[in-house]
Formats: sequence, C-alpha cells, structure tokens
Amino acid sequence: MIRDMMPNFELLQPTTLVDALTLLDRRGQDIWKMAGGNDSLDWFKDRVKRPKAVMDLGGIAELRGIRETTDGIEIGALTTLSEIANSKVIRAKFGVLADAAGRVASPQIRNASSIGGNVSQDARCWYYRSGLPCYRAGGSTCFADTPAGMNREHAIFDATRCIAVSPSDTAPALVVLEAKMVIKSAKGGRVVDADQFFVGPAADITHMTVLKPEELLVALRIPNKWAGARFYFEKVADRNTWDFALVNVASALKVTNGTIDAARVACGGVSCTPRFIKVVEEVVKGGKQDEETAELAGKTASHGARPVTYNQFKIPMMENLVKRAIRDAV
Amino acid sequence: MAYDLIGKNFTPPDIYGKVTGKAKYAEDFRAEGMVFCRLLTSPMPHAKVKKIDASAALKLKGVLGVLTADDVPAFPPPNNPILTNEPLYVGEPILAVAAETEQLAQDAIDLIKIDYEPLPFVVDPLDSLHPAGPTARLDGNVANPRVKFQTIKWTARDFALAGDGKLPMGKPADEWTYGDLESGFKEAKLVLDESFVIGAAGHHCMEPRSAMAYWQNGKVFVFGSTQSQTAIVPGLARYCGVDPKDLVYTAEYCGGGFGSKGTPYPQMAIPAHMSRKINRPVMMRVSRHEEYAIGQGRAGFQGRIKVGFRADGRVVALDAFVVAENGANIGFWDFENFGHTLSVVYQPLAMRWRGVPVLTNTPFRGPQRGPGENQTALAMEPILDKAARQLGLDRLAIRMINAPDSDGKHGAKRESLTSAYLKEALEKGAARFKWEEKTKLSGQRRGSKVIGVAVSSAFHQGGFNGFDGLVRITPDGKIHIHTGVGNLGTYSYAATSRVAAEVLKCKWENCTIERGDSRKHLPWNSPQVGSNTSYTQSRTNFVAAMDARAKLLQIAAKDLGGQPDDFDIGGEKVFLKSDPSKSITYAAAAQRAIDLGGSYSGKEASADLNPITQASVAGLAGTGLIGVAKDNLAFDGMPPALAAGFIMIELDVETGKWTILEYLGVADCGTVIHPMGLATQVKGGAVMGFGLAATERYVLDPQLGIPANTGFLGQKPMSYLDVPPQMQWDAVDKADPSAPLGSRGIGEPLEGCAAAALVCAISDALDGHYFNRTPVVRDMIVNAISKRPQSYKALAANTQ
Repeated sequence: MIRDMMPNFELLQPTTLVDALTLLDRRGQDIWKMAGGNDSLDWFKDRVKRPKAVMDLGGIAELRGIRETTDGIEIGALTTLSEIANSKVIRAKFGVLADAAGRVASPQIRNASSIGGNVSQDARCWYYRSGLPCYRAGGSTCFADTPAGMNREHAIFDATRCIAVSPSDTAPALVVLEAKMVIKSAKGGRVVDADQFFVGPAADITHMTVLKPEELLVALRIPNKWAGARFYFEKVADRNTWDFALVNVASALKVTNGTIDAARVACGGVSCTPRFIKVVEEVVKGGKQDEETAELAGKTASHGARPVTYNQFKIPMMENLVKRAIRDAV
Repeated sequence: MAYDLIGKNFTPPDIYGKVTGKAKYAEDFRAEGMVFCRLLTSPMPHAKVKKIDASAALKLKGVLGVLTADDVPAFPPPNNPILTNEPLYVGEPILAVAAETEQLAQDAIDLIKIDYEPLPFVVDPLDSLHPAGPTARLDGNVANPRVKFQTIKWTARDFALAGDGKLPMGKPADEWTYGDLESGFKEAKLVLDESFVIGAAGHHCMEPRSAMAYWQNGKVFVFGSTQSQTAIVPGLARYCGVDPKDLVYTAEYCGGGFGSKGTPYPQMAIPAHMSRKINRPVMMRVSRHEEYAIGQGRAGFQGRIKVGFRADGRVVALDAFVVAENGANIGFWDFENFGHTLSVVYQPLAMRWRGVPVLTNTPFRGPQRGPGENQTALAMEPILDKAARQLGLDRLAIRMINAPDSDGKHGAKRESLTSAYLKEALEKGAARFKWEEKTKLSGQRRGSKVIGVAVSSAFHQGGFNGFDGLVRITPDGKIHIHTGVGNLGTYSYAATSRVAAEVLKCKWENCTIERGDSRKHLPWNSPQVGSNTSYTQSRTNFVAAMDARAKLLQIAAKDLGGQPDDFDIGGEKVFLKSDPSKSITYAAAAQRAIDLGGSYSGKEASADLNPITQASVAGLAGTGLIGVAKDNLAFDGMPPALAAGFIMIELDVETGKWTILEYLGVADCGTVIHPMGLATQVKGGAVMGFGLAATERYVLDPQLGIPANTGFLGQKPMSYLDVPPQMQWDAVDKADPSAPLGSRGIGEPLEGCAAAALVCAISDALDGHYFNRTPVVRDMIVNAISKRPQSYKALAANTQ
C-alpha cells in the first residue's frame, strides 16, 4: 500500500558519542540509528519500518572527519561521501575509495550521505522495500526467487533463501583495502575486518552487517598496506547518476616491473555481501598485468555463479569488470 | 517574410516566477481553514471492496471525513473513475481521508479496515487475449475511446500458428487498408517480417498532480496542475458535478505534463468533493508513488510489421498489427496512431493496419508525448536500418526516398498534408552532422569502445483549428492578450501570443498576457496537447488581432472620416494612409470602443463563439476594445510535425554502457516563431527520448500484479550525466501555407526521433544486431555481446 507519509517517532539527537552509546545501551532495541537519512527516510515514509525512536547521529561532531594515523587513515563514520571523494589524502593514498565514494548515487545524495550509512544501508530488493513479508522482513518466503520474480538486480552468488545483493559502492573498495571497522558500545568496542563486517543471509537473514542494536559504527581505518597501490573502481548501472550498481568492482594491485605481486578484487551487486574474490589473486599473482592475465581473472571470478531468471547478464558483466580491474588498474 | 517579433527570442513572462520561486504551483495555493486529504490506494491489482470500516479512523481527533466512491459521480465503464469500489490496479484510489494535517490523515488511513475480494488479474495483454487467459475487468478486456468496450479472445490456433517469437494475429478491434498489398509484396525485392515489443512507461512529471479546492457561493474553486487551461473546464466541471459556469479554475504553472495533464483527470475532483462534504478548503498533495499509479503512462506495444521494399528502399507494401496495452480503463488511441504514423512517415504505396487495445491491471494510461507515434518510430526505424543493410543502401537514403513531401498523404483515406519538409530536415541535418563522414566511423573500435551512428525520423500531427482568440486594448493603451491554452512549460503560450502583437504592430513591452485563471476571462482555446499550440494558437491569436485591427480601422474612419480601408496601423496608432499625421492612438480608440459599445466593447459577441468565450467577453465588456473571433480560417489537410535526429555514440562492449558523443535534432515546424523555445524542445525531447529508448519502462511481478519501480530511482529517466552537455538543434524554417504566420507544432516527434536514433545507434555499434524491443537496457546489450540468450520471454510485456 502506498503511504508516503512519515509517522511520528521519538527523535533522539545526542551531541556526544558517550550520550549516543549510553542511549543505545539503555534502549538499543527500540532505536533506529540514522546518519545521512537516505536509507532511513524512505523506510519511514513508506511506514514499512516503524521504529519507536530515531537517533539522529548528525550532531555528533567527533564522528566526522578524516585523520592521518601512524598506520594509515581513520575516517569518521559520519564523514560524507563527497568529503571522501574529494579528500586529498584519500585520493593520494587510496584512490579506489575516493573513486567509489564519488560514484555513489548523485552529487546531492553524496553531500548528505555518510560512509557509515553507505556501508550499513539495508538491502534494496524491491520486494523487501515494498513491505512484503519476505524472509528478510521476518516472513517465510522470497518473492524475488521465483520463476516469475523480477530479479534482474539480484544475487548470482551465495543466495540462501534471500537473494538480495549488497548495494554499497564503497564496500568493495573497503574490502580490497583491508579496512577495519571500528565499532563501539557503552561496554567497550571491537574492531572488525571489512570483509567480516558484512553478513549474508546464511548468518543473519534480517541484517546486512554484524552491528548489534547497542553498537555504533564510529570509524573506518584504512591501513597503509595498500597505500599507493594500483587501483581500479568501476560501477555499471543503468544510469550514470542516482542509481545502484548492477555490478561494481574494486581492485588493488601491487606490481613490480609489470608483474603482479599481490592483488585484491571485490565486487558488489552480485551477492548479499561485497564479494571478495580471493581466487583471483591466486590466478594473477606472478603474472603480467596484461589482457591475458586479466582475462583469466575474469573467468575465475564468475566461477560458481548461479543466476536466477533475469540476471544471467551479471556473469559476463562481472567477468569483464574483473578483467578491467586487473588490466586497467593504475 | 520579415517580422518584428516572430522568429526572435524573448523572455517569456513566467520565467521570472520560476527563477525567483514566486511561481505558484498547485500545492503552493492556500485558503483560510484549509485542511488536507490523503488517498487510500489499492494494494491489489484487481479486487472488489466488500466492506469499509472507517470507524476507528473517524474517532481520531482532527480527522474530518472520509470520501468513498459512493460520494462522487460515477462514470460508465470503462471510463476512469474518481474513486472506486473495484480497484483495477495497484495504487488505484479507493477512498480519501481529510484531516487537519496530512500525517493525521495517513494515520487515519492506517486504521481503516477494508475487506477485499481478490479477483483475477493480468499484466500482459497477450495473456488476456489468450482463450485461457484472465481478463483485467469483469466486463471486458478491450476498450478505448475509439472502439467499443468488448471482450476479444483469440483462438489457441491463432497463438499456435504464430510460432516462436512471432506475434500471433487474431481478431483486431479495428483495421483499415489502402492500395494493393498483395501486389506490393510480390513486387518487393526484400520483405521483412518483424515482431517487437515497445515498453510502456510512466509520465513521471516532476510536479505531481496535486490539487486544492473550496466552495463559495455555489461555485467551486479548483487550483490544479494541468497543461491546459480553458479546455480543462468542461471535463473538470463534469468530474466536480457542476455546470462549467460554476467552476473557477486556476492553473498558473505546470511542472511537467507530457500529455498526462492535457485534459482533466478524475482525481483532480477529489478535493472538491471532499471540500463540499466537510465544508473546508481541501488540499490534496499527491506523492511520488501516487503519481506513478495515477499519473498515467504510455501504452506499451506488442506488434508486428511486415514490410516490402523495392531495391531502392521504397516501401511498397506494409502490413502492421499492434496489440496496445491500454491500462485497465479507457486509455488513449496509441494503437490507432501507430497505423497513422506509418502511413505518414514512410508513405507506403499499399498498407494495412490492424490493432487491438487490450486492458491490463496496470497503471492508468493516457497520452504521453507522441502517443503511438513515438512507439512507431522505435519499432519501425530499426527495421529501415535492417532493410538498408540487406539492400546495401545508405540509411539516410532509405529515409529520404520514403519521407513525405508536401504532396504526401496520410491515413487510410490518403488525405493531404498542409506541407511537409521532412526531406529538407534530413538533408539539412545530414549536412550539419556530416553524415557521410560520420558513417565512415561506424563500427570503429577503440579499446572496448565501438562507434555507432544513426539517423531517425518521427511525426505527430502539428495543429488543429476552430478555437477562439481574444485580445483587448484598454484606454491606458495596453494590449491584453487573453490566452486559455495553458502553460505546459514550453513557453508556447507566450510565443503564440506574440502573433497578436505582431498583427497589431505593437511593442511587446506594452502587451500583457492574461492567463492562468478563469477569472482572467479567457477564451475557449485548444488544450495544450498534441504538438498543436504553435499552429492552433497562432491562428486564434491571429483572428482575434485581425478583429481588433478591423475595429480600430472602423473607429478611426468614424472619428476621422473616410472608409476603414483608408487607414492602417503602426506605432500603436491608427492613421490615415494618405496623411499619417491624421491618427488616433490605440488608447484613444479603446476609450472610443467603450463609448461605442456593441461588439467594439464586448457588449455583443458573435454567436459562433464558444459559450466559455462568450462568458469571458461578457465579463470584459466595457473595459476596452475587444478583438474576438473564432478561427474560421481554411483548414485543408493535416499539418504535420516532423523531425529528424542524428546521433553518434560510443558503446562499451565489455559493460554495455553507451555514451552519446553527438546529437543533432532538426525540426520541420514551419516558420520558427521562438528559436530558444524550439531549442529547448529539441533538446528536452531528446533527453526524454533517450530514456524511452534505453531505461524507462514498467516492470510488474506477473504473479502478484505489483509494480517494481514506482519512483524516479526505479523508473530511471535520464539525468544530466547521461546526456551530452551540448546538443545541437536546427530547423527547416519553411512556412506552412495554411498557418497565418507559417508555424506548425513540433513538441512530440522531437522525442521520437531521438529515441529511435539511440536505439538504431546501439544496433549500429553492434554491427546490425537488432533487439526488436525497447528499452534497450544494459543487460540486453551485454547478453547480446556475450552471445547469451536474453532473459525475457519473447514478446512478454512489463517484464525485465
């Protein structure tokens, strides 16, 4: 049913991290955490998600900003995608992340949206967003995974009841950079590797990340390990702006005299989590950074893909993008 | 011919409001005590409302009333209802709730319990035509303003005979033939038989169709979002249940209509009915998702064209069949326009057209920019390219040999055109685009990118006749041009008003355009639809200005002696030709008109004027010199709007992404009356066309009947980053002899030629792989390049 009208909710606007974590500790189950609002507000307007309370994180200054550390950089979770895309230090050291941030949605959305929100956003499956009682919504079926389902945008890997995909453009870049996700709660905190931050339906079908209700993603640390490597990011969507990836790819390569010493490649839009394709490194390591090696990498990447009715195109698209991510990384 | 105003750029007066934010769109209007209403819309594609329990909703403090289908006028099926007890598509309004705030109204809606009886539904017209298939309504599956409401089922044999991937062709709802089709096909050197699907798409106007209404002294005041002005009044009055004289209608600005706001739409009347029920002014702000459901959409086509070409590319025989998706209600006659367009743009020597508009449980359909004409361009232009390849002809040449000239004919009866310069548009475009040079780049590969080049043509009727014009000269010397055509956003209301100023030889700065509100006393004018304003409204403003001119000459003759013919006008004076020092000013003449009364001041008006114009003249009587007339000018033949598009793209064969490197649109619209206005139409039409070609479509789950892509994000209209920063435009600029100042309309084919050009260019880059389906989305291109089968079922509609 069309609603398009936000209901009332209690609005919490902490201005310090301590206050935010204290509130989450007390009432985390009831609180919806909102950063830029570009995921949250749609849910509220559709009245599909009706949280009792919404925590607007926008007033917590300490969650913003890009800082250089002894071992890399630390990005506050509330830092906008535009700030990341335009950051001199990120452009210089981790260009793949700046490129990915610069391809999210539209310029206006990037000005309002945060990196924390971009990696924490919920699945974009249209059936789920319509408010249908699917597995991800706590129900007992998947409407997309039927012979007649309109599932062009859905997963070709790792479907377990739910076939929604990771919609984030920055997530694959963070995975290849071996980013660390800094999570805090009133009782302490933990640091999780980017590729462990995202969870698929096999682990938790109603969540996209490991974040618990009382926890907050406060920062992302990018270690210097891949600083200055050869990078590649590309997103293929139906439009050049304001669109989610059909498939995206991020890569980081270390190359000496034309020979690949190390490589990490990840794709978005193909499985419920950003897909880190470990086998690609095995295929390309020691090889030349050329068409032939890249072609092998592409073919390797799609191994095990199981398309549904309308998304088999993602196999050649992913193969080609992985090929480019090896061949064209600079 | 040299004009003072026509053919020159100017700043249309409504621009100031747009750039300063002072422009008032429908939802910007307010009235004292105004409350809001919101809609409860159907969650099901087809159901019967068995019971509505609004008791809990009505108990909420601040909730003022519920309006259901039982409270509003009903119109016989298959007309579009205002509210319904038998929703026929997801999102169809069932009831409205009024409350002090919108949020409260929505809270109330959430408390309303409806008992639905689900009914069979269908989202693909071919499924409905199948003997075992469901029908969209209980009372029929074929409807349109142009055919009777009926049930048509094809036989299983019809389907079996067609074979895989070919459109079955059972009984049509209508058909016509001219010429000897059989001989034509025998004579043909090449015969192509192509089945195709042209996707349907929503209008997605930037401004949703919000409306506000209140009642005062027996009159209803409605503030709406429409392309048209006075043409809205009779139909909206009917929806409101009042006499047209009791409707005051305001529509100053329109944030996009594309055909969906050209005529009144039923939901406009909801605030009026709610206002009458609760005795408060009521605002209904329509949301983006509601706009998807009730904002209308273009009919999709499942069609088949068999076409015979001579060795030189001339179309000698054409046999066309179309199944048009009509939505669940009355729809629009896109299916008819398909045949008509083929008959105009390709001038087949013999032709048959057959068509059937089929109902589906999908959003409500209305005319969308080139309704039928632009789907035809998308279907037929790639077939021309395919033929050119097989016959070894240049793609421009095959269009030139078939294009209509001023001796061209249209329709089954082969009636005449007022003029046609499509060949000139193609020639002019080819020279400017450097067609020969560019086609040599076709297929050139740089890395993963391949060049594609294409040219396409498109058509729409470009004018009507028979409406009224009204101008007024007031004693302060001002010229008031009363225009009731509406303000779609193309500025043509202003450009055509300048025709009156040109005739009266007055300074544009001294003219005021009266528009946007029926209290401004507006004449009966054409709806601002169908690429007709530049033609039709030029004629009405011309005849009104000529009437004013005649009255000026008569007044001068009365006051200065002599005969009217002894006088002329210039410098906002009427002067004696033999002695220009003897003159009277327009200001003085206006005062004299008031003194003289009768038809001079509007105390009397010609009986052939529409009652709306007569009422406006009566309202203005005694305020100045009234120039008013019905357009009784000769109207022999059909004025066509014709356009040609030239494009060069780069297609990345690894990702399916295309980039438009160059685009040139060339208009054949008779005399260009407003160059900047035309430029924005060429470019804006192209942007819309690229979306139609490559991204925009309806997608519905066939098992659930629910739509997948209801907003801008899902519908994917083109953004500024998807189109070239610079696009080029040109015009033939040859006067149409049937128009007083030579102008014809143009808006619609400018979309079709660009859309078809992009589709053809993608196929050109793919070395002649033709999809026979639009939009040509990325996955289709990637599947084609990687030699994979396409995912969709052949001829399936509303699918991915």
